[in-house]
Amino acid sequence: MSDVAGKPAIRVVWLYPELMNVYADRGNVIALGARCAALGVGCEVTRAGIGDPLPEEADLVLIGGGQDREQRRAAPDLARHAEALRAWVAEDAAMLAVCGGFQLFGRWYRTAEGEELPGTGVFDVTTVAPPRDEERCIGDVLARSTLEGVGEVVGFENHGGRSYLGPGVTPFAHVEFGYGNNGADGAEGARVREAIGTYLHGSLLPRNPALTDHLIRAALRHRYGEEPELPEVPDPFADRAHRTAAAVARRRSRRSER
Amino acid sequence: MAALATMTNRLRTGAALIAGAAAAEASRRLGRGGGTALPGLVAATIAPDITAQLVRRAAAGTVVVTGTNGKTTTAHLLAECARAAGSDVIANRSGSNLERGIVSAFLAERGNGVRGSLGVLEVDEAALPPLLPALAPRAIVFLNLFRDQLDRYGEVDSVAEGWERMLIADASGATLVLNSDDPSIAPLADAGRGEVVTFGIEDDGIARGGPDHASDARFCRCGAPFRYDAVFVAHAGRWRCDACGSSRPRPLVAAHEIEQFEDGSRFALDLAGERIEVELPLQGLYPIYNALGAAAAAHALGLDAPVVARALAGAGPAFGRQERFRLRGRELRLWLAKNPAGMNAVLRALTAAGTPSEDAPQPRLHILAALNDGIQDGRDVSWIYDADFELLAGHAASVVVSGDRADDLALRLRLAGVRVDLVQPHRASALDEALHRLPAGERLEVITTYTAMLQLREIIAAGSGVAPYWERERRQ
Repeated sequence: MSDVAGKPAIRVVWLYPELMNVYADRGNVIALGARCAALGVGCEVTRAGIGDPLPEEADLVLIGGGQDREQRRAAPDLARHAEALRAWVAEDAAMLAVCGGFQLFGRWYRTAEGEELPGTGVFDVTTVAPPRDEERCIGDVLARSTLEGVGEVVGFENHGGRSYLGPGVTPFAHVEFGYGNNGADGAEGARVREAIGTYLHGSLLPRNPALTDHLIRAALRHRYGEEPELPEVPDPFADRAHRTAAAVARRRSRRSER
Repeated sequence: MAALATMTNRLRTGAALIAGAAAAEASRRLGRGGGTALPGLVAATIAPDITAQLVRRAAAGTVVVTGTNGKTTTAHLLAECARAAGSDVIANRSGSNLERGIVSAFLAERGNGVRGSLGVLEVDEAALPPLLPALAPRAIVFLNLFRDQLDRYGEVDSVAEGWERMLIADASGATLVLNSDDPSIAPLADAGRGEVVTFGIEDDGIARGGPDHASDARFCRCGAPFRYDAVFVAHAGRWRCDACGSSRPRPLVAAHEIEQFEDGSRFALDLAGERIEVELPLQGLYPIYNALGAAAAAHALGLDAPVVARALAGAGPAFGRQERFRLRGRELRLWLAKNPAGMNAVLRALTAAGTPSEDAPQPRLHILAALNDGIQDGRDVSWIYDADFELLAGHAASVVVSGDRADDLALRLRLAGVRVDLVQPHRASALDEALHRLPAGERLEVITTYTAMLQLREIIAAGSGVAPYWERERRQ
């Protein structure tokens, strides 16, 4: 149960790092790499841009947010990979799709101009952007994850599109404070098997270390069929950043500064 | 009826001016800063058309400076050029760049009994479109466009689209002073009706391999990706689109033969064919763009090249931007950085000068970094993950982290491989600790977001015996 270097490793695919990067979601890749290093887990990141092939196998797929312009460019290219991505999900590969990436991992996204961008269909989710003059969903988010062991998640959302889950789809979290998918039903993001979609930036993983560990474990299970023994490594900097962000969100919710 | 309406309007304007002046005086007496916003807010509430009325007092017209980064420094440099040419200047000097700040600037000049003849106004990039008709400027300087405060602006593209619509609708024909090197800026030439003066860097010796990670102008309007023959700052460089054939226009005002050294830079300024040496007492490439923007605007106003070069060399830093202080026998320098492109520029300037060399193999930088999340900083601090703090690794001898979001910044620095010596959210205590750690003869580099800069600058200025900015400016 180890790669050639003698330690377990995960194979990460980072989709459109130069395109879907408008909201600092590379922080997720940075945090993942640092946490893997602390746990003694190898982390091989393959970047896949427009026109690039996907690697044969992946344990964890990451995609970040982009504006409509970038999404319009990514959508047709991503359509080439839709089948492979859905197959990976069925095999329990881990995924984290954030904001614009989450929208493109749904069934379709209709822009404010009425243009319909096809999604990969990983999540049974549809997204509609209201007219341009409609308020965007912007602000701190405090939510409780539906994932066991992950608990409270904190982040910052900034999206025009409103997402709606299909029947029976589990949200990634329930918002305690913030808009979530659509500002109406309290759902935040979506998940299916080991794939997670969410609107949360922040970046998400640096300040939610429990979620980072959850993804690393899922990726290890995907690769090795079981989870290797991992050491207990405290991360006081991440814990403090999490607590600060949660406190800020609570304070702003009381002042209703949104 | 018409006469009555006119009289009512006059009364309202008069009341607005009196109330605004009173607010300015009260603000100063209470020590609440220079009254850079409140007076304008009061006056604009009483008389909504106050801006248009006040701006008309600038007899020589007004120049507007906008863009994501460098507005304050560029406006400051342009104001110095105009003063050097014998002009009086009305300016919103300390970065208060919404309507209230502009109105406050005019009210302040009035209070001091100065009737300035040229208005030099920096205006927030999102606030500019609705304000433009009231400002009716002679020229608009567009510096650059980067991701910044996305929690306020929504998306970068919407700012660019707002500018374009504004220029198409603008009938005044203001001269457009455009950064050739920024592909989000140069194409604005097609939207406007006025004359165009371009500026840019013409020195491949300082070029980098490719644009930064956090680049916001990757694609041409035709949809194809931009190609770069040279990148100077973030996504600014010699760009072209192979699909539609559009490319960087050759700048009329340009910097050649750039030399950078620890505390400044030197370059040959080509001002529409006239070549002149400029020494700039500001570090990094950003200030060169700011100087070029100011020189191009000065050229548009008809100022002479030697006057411009002298003014640039003598101008010194703007409020909180590379300003230097001595505090408790130690030297400090303030750096403002509030978005990825700005932070990268600061980190590159600091690390380029502080590279451990054979003569000095130890890391040399002593840093106090403060991150706030106020409305003016951006509520969201995600942007620190788009800034390349990795540049600092191996260069920092001591790092103290402060501000309301000190914990987020400390985590970011750790992830970038930078050792953090102390996390102290409280500004004054963090400053004490950072100075305490500073070896004799070294300088403390203080890197902050906007509101953290205001807080730290006040403490530093008070402790170093420097008069508050607004008082220093008034004495000039």
